[in-house]
Amino acid sequence: MPTVSVKRDLLFHALGRTYSDEEFDELCFEFGLELDEITSEKDIISREQGDTKAEGASDVILYKIDVPANRYDLLCLEGLVRGLQVFKEKMEAPRYRRVSPTSGEPQRLVITEETAAVRPHAVAAVLRNITFTQERYDSFIELQEKLHQNVCRKRTLVAIGTHDLDTISGPFTYTAKPPDDIRFTPLNQAQEYTATELMNLYKTDSHLRHYLHIIEDKPVYPVIYDSNGIVLSMPPIINGDHSKISLNTKNVFIECTATDLTKAKIVLDMMVTMFCEYCEEPFTSNGNAIKLPEETLMDESTERIAQLLTKMCLRSEVMSDGEQIEVEIPPTRSDVIHACDIMEDAAMAYGFNNIIRTTPRTYTVANQLPLNKLTELLRQDLAAAGFTEALTFALCSQEDIADKLLKNISDTRACHIANPKTAEFQVARTTLLPGLLKTLAANRKMPLPLRLFEISDVVLKDETKDVGAKNNRRLCAVYYNKSPGFEVIHGLMDRVMQLLEVKPGRDEGYHIQAAQDSSFFPGRCAEIFAHGKSIGRLGVLHPDVISRFELTMPCSALDIDIEPFL
Amino acid sequence: MDEAGCGGCQVISAEQRSSKHWELTGEGCEIAEQGSHEARVFSSIPDEGMPQGQLMKLAFGKVGFSKAMSNKWIRLDKGHEGGPRVFRTVENIEDSVRDKLLVVQKGQSSQLEEKEKSELKKRKLLSEVTVKSYWITKGSLFSTTITKQETELTPEMIASGSWKEKKFKPYNFEAMGVAPDCGHLHPLMKVRTQFRQIFLEMGFTEMPTNNFIESSFWNFDSLFQPQQHPARDQHDTFFLSDPAQAHEFPLDYLERVRKVHSEGGFGSQGYKYDWKIEEAQKNILRTHTTAVSARMLYKLAQKEKFTPVKYFSIDRVFRNETLDATHLAEFHQIEGVVADYGLTLGDLMGILHQFFTKLGITKLRFKPAYNPYTEPSMEVFSYHEGLKKWVEVGNSGVFRPEMLLPMGLPEGVTVIAWGLSLERPTMIKYGINNIRELVGHKVNLQMVYDSPVCRLDA
Repeated sequence: MPTVSVKRDLLFHALGRTYSDEEFDELCFEFGLELDEITSEKDIISREQGDTKAEGASDVILYKIDVPANRYDLLCLEGLVRGLQVFKEKMEAPRYRRVSPTSGEPQRLVITEETAAVRPHAVAAVLRNITFTQERYDSFIELQEKLHQNVCRKRTLVAIGTHDLDTISGPFTYTAKPPDDIRFTPLNQAQEYTATELMNLYKTDSHLRHYLHIIEDKPVYPVIYDSNGIVLSMPPIINGDHSKISLNTKNVFIECTATDLTKAKIVLDMMVTMFCEYCEEPFTSNGNAIKLPEETLMDESTERIAQLLTKMCLRSEVMSDGEQIEVEIPPTRSDVIHACDIMEDAAMAYGFNNIIRTTPRTYTVANQLPLNKLTELLRQDLAAAGFTEALTFALCSQEDIADKLLKNISDTRACHIANPKTAEFQVARTTLLPGLLKTLAANRKMPLPLRLFEISDVVLKDETKDVGAKNNRRLCAVYYNKSPGFEVIHGLMDRVMQLLEVKPGRDEGYHIQAAQDSSFFPGRCAEIFAHGKSIGRLGVLHPDVISRFELTMPCSALDIDIEPFL
Repeated sequence: MDEAGCGGCQVISAEQRSSKHWELTGEGCEIAEQGSHEARVFSSIPDEGMPQGQLMKLAFGKVGFSKAMSNKWIRLDKGHEGGPRVFRTVENIEDSVRDKLLVVQKGQSSQLEEKEKSELKKRKLLSEVTVKSYWITKGSLFSTTITKQETELTPEMIASGSWKEKKFKPYNFEAMGVAPDCGHLHPLMKVRTQFRQIFLEMGFTEMPTNNFIESSFWNFDSLFQPQQHPARDQHDTFFLSDPAQAHEFPLDYLERVRKVHSEGGFGSQGYKYDWKIEEAQKNILRTHTTAVSARMLYKLAQKEKFTPVKYFSIDRVFRNETLDATHLAEFHQIEGVVADYGLTLGDLMGILHQFFTKLGITKLRFKPAYNPYTEPSMEVFSYHEGLKKWVEVGNSGVFRPEMLLPMGLPEGVTVIAWGLSLERPTMIKYGINNIRELVGHKVNLQMVYDSPVCRLDA
């Protein structure tokens, strides 16, 4: 969930009343927000860098509010206030209108075909006669950053540039040029650089270096010029210094360049709708209408529903047939794409906790998954046989399932993870044995003998499956003591067969015969056959296996596939 | 206190006493007999003095020399011809060390001051000895004849009846018994068994979740989660390098999924982006068991006639997130799904109430939330009496039409679902703070041995 940090007093001032922390928490609960933390700049610095660095920092109270990931209209103070005020019916749901300039033509942004190779889309808008204060300005910059981090996917999908319109003149051109051909003074610098030089310069910039990769290796870089050849910006990296915004700026030119046009429009809509309240003519833009049929999830009159929706900034009116409601979706609500989104808002406005709960009349008879049923039954009896259940990780290192077991990784049919953060997540386990041995090693101080078991899934490559792999349910047990206890593990295996109603004997029943297996001590390993098929192995583990798992006592193990017994 | 009897009926009673006294060490005895090292040094130096080297060769030379020097009984002439030479400085000396030791030897150590004694102790000439003694007195059952007490009944005693004449040693009811040598079930699995039981009691059928590896298609795309969504990032999801891609999909369904994502349809505007099959083919370790629910709902939709169902699953999921005391890369998700005609939000709340009541939780509150595949979505909160606040116990919602309609489910069918993690209630129930002590090989086996039966509603 994205977090928005707002000054509490500013928030209350805009809401027109103060709240206690509990009251505000309650309001957030109803609206679907979360008051995550109450802190101050001083507290934050103190926690991160120590009290001395925090001296002199502001102790103005900050509210850190978590907002739903799909509500881009709640990412700044302005949007939060608007949403809450309309929800509390203190304010009417705004209608956003697009207006023409008082004199002259609207501004134009011309996109050339060169951009197609690197960043094809762009949209732009103008906010006229806006008045900034320090707070509004900070909020404006902060919203761009929030949008960049969230919906813009760290500027890869969309990048926003804002400019003082009075320092530049249209029509504007959005094009792409080879890096050496782009030359301008970037924001907060005193001299001109070429784009190539800038790429080098920003390699050490802690903020900007994360975005260089987006265009770095391309033959041409995106760039926006005004009619006099002044560079507005080189998206998605940096704006030009010439057109930078200050507190005195009255007219703002906003451009969004993108690789995803839908997102670019959403982002532009957000920038414009959030800050148009500071323009001379607040709330000027437009949206679209959806007809909502009467299949709502609540039993309320159509009028009431229309009223509830309006509380959520979705202006609604009952249509002439008395059955349908026409809902106007403002540009701030890009999350509304289906009638169900509207229904949720109606329910929120009604209050989830006001809805009467009912019992579904769905009659069904439960069925257990046979594999799980068998597992549950066997678990109980293995514990009754004196073994303790372990629960080990499904992911492990390659070593764990190969080298440490004296086997080759290529013989294991293992599935490999592409992006493991550490060696512990290199592969999905192909056998339960390493997990059990590691459990023994971690519990060395416990009294001997140690008897562990686990009945769980391993993962094996399988080309016959649609994803190319499948799980296999296995039963694995280990006996760890001063003497290996082959007869104990053998006895356990006999017991399991007895529980599965498999009698000793070749062909129809089960039998074991000597086998070679590099993980086991020579002469102390057997393969188990049930109904003529091999189902697993048991034996005394090879001393090298024991040492590689950092164990010191002899150990015997049993490992069988229980799926044939379904 | 003693082992000759037990509380009340004693043959004898014993009291332990200890006392301390001072004794001469071996070295101390030697000095008492022959004099201290420094005194012997003094007496071995003739009037004309003695070369230092020669003096040092004597057994008592080294220690005696430095002590005699500090007592100012002798002096060293370093520049003497023929080498450094030691001379007496006084005529006579008093060997106070030897005198003191003799006092102690006579048993009169109390005549010496504490300071003097500890100094001699430092020189290892004296040692303080503790003597422990037992004072025995007759007990209430004192007798000079020895009667042997029996501990246990034996078959012979039963057969012969001789138990009637024997005295039996009283049993120590304060001690613990012998722990049975049994096996144990893992606490997390015990909790899983209980949740499984709850679902079965409510008529829910278990879904086949034995497939950790899933395609992005079933895990994300079929659930209407867009391909640019952050959860599909390298940071949150484990991708497979082998097998890297899934190669089999129901093709006409896949096409409908592609369309609803990129163009809309089924009453939706869609996300309006370029949907790529390469993304959908990427294999991952499933991030939620909802992927299995999707497969099951698709299968249900292929049936001739729709029948209402209730499904559940409790199985492992994988997240590539930052790890800490309460988060691991793998954990277990509990999920319940109901599909029927005309289900409402009220029904979802009703079923959640029934489910949580079986966990002993009756006070619930619902909060609007957001999931890419449910709308409406509700976080479920319950009141924790101990912490005196509302805590989140689960997540729930109604699956979006963009997910259900492309599968082919009839229009009037609503599907409600909810989920929670298995680890969290287990850690709360068993009072475990670090998840690694519960799950994985670093488990605290003693905790497993000692864990009680799992009663979720207690």
